[in-house]
Amino acid sequence: MHIVVCIKQVPDAKNVRIDPETNTLVRQGVDSIVNPHDWYAVEAALLLRDEYGGQVTVMTMGPPQAEEALRETLALGVDQAVLLSDRAFAGADTWATSLTLARAVAKLEPVDLVICGKQAIDGDTAQVGPGLAAHLDQPYTTYGRKLELVDGSQLRVERLTDFGYEVVQMALPAVVTVVREIGDPRMPGLKHKMRAKKLEIPTWGAADLDLKPEEVGLQGSFTQVVKVFSPPPRSDREMLTGEVEEQAERLFNLLKDGKVPGL
Amino acid sequence: MKARIDKEKCIACGECVEVCPVEAIDIVDEVAQVDNSCTLCGLCVESCEYEAITMPEVDAPETEDLESYRGVWIVAEHLNGEVHSVSYELLGVGRTLADKLGVELAAILIGDQLQDAAQQLIGYGADRVHLVEHPALTPFNDESHSKVLTELIRQKKPEILLGGATAMGRSFIPRVAVAVETGLTADCTGLDIGEDGLLYQTRPAFGGNVMATILCPNRRPQMSTVRPMVMKKPVFDEQRQGEVEPFTPSQEAVTSRVTVVDTVIQEQETARLAEADVVVTGGRGLQKAENFDVIEDLALLLDGAVGATRSVVDEGWKAYSHQVGQTGKTVSPKLYLACGVSGAIQHVVGMQGSEIIVAVNKDPEAPIFDIVNYGVVADLFEFLPAFVKKIKEKRGE
Repeated sequence: MHIVVCIKQVPDAKNVRIDPETNTLVRQGVDSIVNPHDWYAVEAALLLRDEYGGQVTVMTMGPPQAEEALRETLALGVDQAVLLSDRAFAGADTWATSLTLARAVAKLEPVDLVICGKQAIDGDTAQVGPGLAAHLDQPYTTYGRKLELVDGSQLRVERLTDFGYEVVQMALPAVVTVVREIGDPRMPGLKHKMRAKKLEIPTWGAADLDLKPEEVGLQGSFTQVVKVFSPPPRSDREMLTGEVEEQAERLFNLLKDGKVPGL
Repeated sequence: MKARIDKEKCIACGECVEVCPVEAIDIVDEVAQVDNSCTLCGLCVESCEYEAITMPEVDAPETEDLESYRGVWIVAEHLNGEVHSVSYELLGVGRTLADKLGVELAAILIGDQLQDAAQQLIGYGADRVHLVEHPALTPFNDESHSKVLTELIRQKKPEILLGGATAMGRSFIPRVAVAVETGLTADCTGLDIGEDGLLYQTRPAFGGNVMATILCPNRRPQMSTVRPMVMKKPVFDEQRQGEVEPFTPSQEAVTSRVTVVDTVIQEQETARLAEADVVVTGGRGLQKAENFDVIEDLALLLDGAVGATRSVVDEGWKAYSHQVGQTGKTVSPKLYLACGVSGAIQHVVGMQGSEIIVAVNKDPEAPIFDIVNYGVVADLFEFLPAFVKKIKEKRGE
């Protein structure tokens, strides 16, 4: 079985904080990390490989430094990695991103399963996984928490819903996005770490994927960001002091004035 | 392509260098310079007080006749015929958009045996319900529902389509957007029609630390998913008239390569996180699983949901389905009450869209107090029972 995992390098939220005075984004040092949800995608792929054999390829689209994110996952025992990097890819929306990833999956054929994290923490759209499935015209499901193979060619997925959970089944090849309940990602092994440092990672650009510059990046995107601004600041903060009884009285009145239902 | 610097206007203040998430900007020879790692995220444009930074412009591609697309659609979500409240909220904002454009507001209802639900949608503001009923369309199935919706869009051509940013909406609407080759903006918190007649879609980005306004100028429909609990639910009018228009999908559209083997609806005593007006969350300050009683008591009293921080879930005190934050759920209730929560950024990004935030914490220096409306410095085990007592007393219970 060949599994492709799509990951994204994102800014580390730990280094982002909100300045309470101005309510704007403050960044202290700029570290990039592997999108936290994507570790569960990597783990899901490795669990399937442990159980059924095969190989795992991890892939990311990003600037050249995104190679670092790929190497981090190689240290967990991922077999190979591909970097999709091209100046023309910059500014891609979820349409252009999922198209680019789909072309890369096609180039990696045969591929039995593509796994993505449920969403990336910078954009938070959760659109690339389903979009990728649409471009590939493959069956897919989202929010998977348990994956298993049935009869060798069917994927059975237990997935979270807003109301509980659901069990779905589909023929491979397919696309699935996964959540944290897949299980904690394994620790890097020494042997894998050594290999991760040395392994050659190919870089594919638009031309390698038979994509024209106008099909990718900002040019290939249907949505355009026209304005970026700070969220409106919260109204003045009030710290409630005094005895517990007084605090409870004051909070009740404030929330009642704020029209909180049930008060 | 990368962000452009106007060298005349740039004063080399370095603000953009600070704000760039990918370290693409440096000050070289007293002027900001952008290197090739720029991802065109636009954060620097907003950070520059001197308006020295712009994003590159994109030539408008040739597109089919956009004018032939008319009307505002909302995709109604339901569980076995019971309509999800977010669908009514969509009708509220959809009504405003449709009125501004002077067009019809329609709801799309896909499943089986849905006549009652169709009438509900009309009562909440739909002028028309496109009703698609077929035994194969229940239970919900991402693939068949997206194919049916795709067929409808191709035939009827709406200019705007809104769906709920629920687990269901965020799962199947992206596939529809790709199938009809248009743009989709996720998780919008604001929608408006501009003077140019376009849909201005505003959403939080970078964990809610910035807001972005997004357009889809050259494709139709303009598609958005909208967060539950953000838009106002309209008042139900039993007398309201509307048309129910049945639609017969192709046989191919109602088939799916994905089989739903089992659907499990887990009942719970307290409300569900995404839909609750009030969320009461417990953090590490709860000390142990049993102590969550005080959180649950208050949540039940206010008909609210119980939230948990990541560390609480890691400790096994609460199930993952309660987790609020970066790797859990994003909530935006009317009231968010954080008890014994320190305020780690990965938690804050999941709740800072809440209307009123209250924190109860013993430590007056806890970072959570930086983002609250009301801060209560107290031992939560003393404060919460007192607060519960107060509510009961005021309600006359």
